[in-house]
Amino acid sequence: MSAPTGVVTRPVPSGTRGVAPRPLPPAERRRRFLSSLATHSMLIVASVMFLLPMVFVVTTALMTDQQSLTRRIWPEPFVWSNFLDVFQRIELWRYTLNTTLIATLSTVGVVLSSVPVAYALSRMNWRGRQATFILVLATLMLPFQVTIVPLYVIFVRLDWINTLLPLIVPAFFGDAFSIFLLRQFFLTVPEELSDAARVDGATEWQIMTRVIVPLAKPAIAAVALFNFLYNWNDFFGPLLYLIGNNRLWTLGLALSEFRTMHHVEWNLTMAASLMFMAPVIVLFFLAQRVFVEGVTLTGVKG
Amino acid sequence: MSPWIVGFLAFILYPMLATLYFSFTRYDLLSTPEWYGIQNYVYMFTKDPNFWVAVRNTLWIIVFGVPLQIGLSILTAWMLTKPRKGMKIYRTIFFMPSLAPPVAVALAFVFIFNPATGPINVVLNGLGWEDPPLWFFSAQWSKPAMLILTLWGIGGTMIIFLAGLLDVPRQLYEAADIEGATGWQKFRHVTLPTISPVIFFSLVTGVIYGFQFFTQAYVASITVSGSTTTQAAASVGAPNESLMFYSVYLWQQGWGNFRMGYASALAWMMFLVTMVCTLILVRTSRRWVHYAGGGFR
Repeated sequence: MSAPTGVVTRPVPSGTRGVAPRPLPPAERRRRFLSSLATHSMLIVASVMFLLPMVFVVTTALMTDQQSLTRRIWPEPFVWSNFLDVFQRIELWRYTLNTTLIATLSTVGVVLSSVPVAYALSRMNWRGRQATFILVLATLMLPFQVTIVPLYVIFVRLDWINTLLPLIVPAFFGDAFSIFLLRQFFLTVPEELSDAARVDGATEWQIMTRVIVPLAKPAIAAVALFNFLYNWNDFFGPLLYLIGNNRLWTLGLALSEFRTMHHVEWNLTMAASLMFMAPVIVLFFLAQRVFVEGVTLTGVKG
Repeated sequence: MSPWIVGFLAFILYPMLATLYFSFTRYDLLSTPEWYGIQNYVYMFTKDPNFWVAVRNTLWIIVFGVPLQIGLSILTAWMLTKPRKGMKIYRTIFFMPSLAPPVAVALAFVFIFNPATGPINVVLNGLGWEDPPLWFFSAQWSKPAMLILTLWGIGGTMIIFLAGLLDVPRQLYEAADIEGATGWQKFRHVTLPTISPVIFFSLVTGVIYGFQFFTQAYVASITVSGSTTTQAAASVGAPNESLMFYSVYLWQQGWGNFRMGYASALAWMMFLVTMVCTLILVRTSRRWVHYAGGGFR
C-alpha cells in the first residue's frame, strides 16, 4: 500500500538518470524527433476522435431549430439565444436546484457515514473486522438491482415515492465504494500518530476527527467528488422515485423529456445538455488531481 | 462505531433476502405478495422469449465491449506514456468524456448518428459510402452504435491502466534491453504481466457493469421511438428489441408492468450469473494474473 500522491508522474527517461546530459549525435537527434512526431500525430488523431462528439454538441446547440434538422454541420447563423430559450422552454432552474440538492445532501450523507465505518475497518481492532471488510467488499460487486425491489417497497410504504427522500436518506447509511476508498487511504497513516494521541488520553472518536480526518483530506475530497458526480449524473434512481412528480425532476429526467414536447428540438436539447455537463467540467478542472488519483487508488492499489 | 457497519449491512442484507423471497411470489405492489413457488423461474427459462433476447443482447455487449474497452484503454494509456510534453493535455481530453452524464451522452450520440442528417453519416456519404448504416434506427446497427458510445467513455479505465503502466519498474525494461528484446517481446513479457492485475480488475468490473447497463440504452430507445414518459415501458428496447438489455428488461417488468415478483427473480438470476462469472475469472486468474508482492491483492 503506497500513498496515492505522485502516482501519475512521468518516469525519468532511462539513460539520463544521474548523468550530465551530453549533446546527442545528429542521427540520434533525428530519430528522437521522428519518433516524437509519430507519437504526437497518433495522439492528436485520437484526441480529435474524442473531441468530435463534443464539438458536434456545441455546434448543434448554436443552430436554429430548422438547421439542426439539416445536414449542414456549421451553424449559420449562430443562435446564442438558445441558451436563454432553454430556461423559458423548461424550468431549468428548478431542475438544476433539485439535482444540486440531491447531489449535495447525499454527498454530505455518504462522507459523514462512510468515514466512521472506514475508520473502524482500518484503525480499530475488533473481532470479525476482516470478515466485515470482506462483506463490505462483496456488496461492492452486488448489482443494485438485487436490492432495488424491497427498497422501492419500503419507500412506497413510507409514502416517500415522488419525494426527494429515497435519493438522499440511504446515503446516510454509507456507501461501499467510499468505505473501501477511505479504508485504503486510512491504512497508509502511520499507527504511531494514533498511539501518541492515545497516550494523551484521546478517545477513538477524537483520534478519528482530530488526527485521521485532517490527514485524509485528499481521500475525503475524492470520495465527495465521486459521489457528487455519481448523483449528478444518476438517472435510474430519479426515474424510479421522481417520475410521477415533474416539479421534483432532475436535469437528467428533464433532458430526456425534451423531445416529447412537440418534436425533437435538437438545438435546445444540446444547449440544455451542455448546461447539464458544465458543472461536471468545471469540477473536473478544479480538482483534476483528486479525480485522477482517486480513480487510481481504487483501481490498482488494493 | 460498529452501529454504522450494522446499519450499512442491514441496508444491503435485508433487501437481498427480501428480493429472494419476492422472487418466489407474484407481487404487483398493491396487493400482498402471493406465494408462487418456482413458477417465476420456470417461466423465465421456458416460456419467456424476451428473457433470452435480453440475455443475448447483454452477452453481445459484454463479449464485444469489454475486450475492446480494455484493449483500447491499454493502447491509449500506452500512447500517453510516450511523449515528453503534453501528456496532461491528452490525458484530460481522453478522460473528460467518461465524466459526462450518460443521459446527455446518449442524446448526443443519437443525434450524431442520425441516419439522414447526423454528422457521422454526412461524413460517410462524403467518403463515398452511398447508404451508410441507420445506426440507432436499425436493429442491426443499434448495438454497434451503442458500443461506440461506450468506447467514448473509456477514460476511467485508461487512467487506471496509465497508472499501472507507469508503475512498471524501469529496471525490467533495461534488463530486457540488455538481453536484446524487441519492442513486442518487452510488451508481452514485461508490460503485460505487470499490468495483469489491472486487466483482471477491469474484466470483473466490466462484466458486472455489463449486466447493469441501463441509462444509455433506455434514453436511446425512447428517443428513437419518440415516446413520452408514460409510454416508455412499451418502447424500451427499440428498435425491435435490439437494445433490450438485461437491466432494461428488469425495469420494464418491475416498473412498467408491475410484476415485482418476476423482476425480483430476474434480479437474483442476474446476481447468480455475475457471481459465477466473477468466480470463473478469479479461478482462471491464478494462471495469468501476476502479483508483484506474491500475495492476493
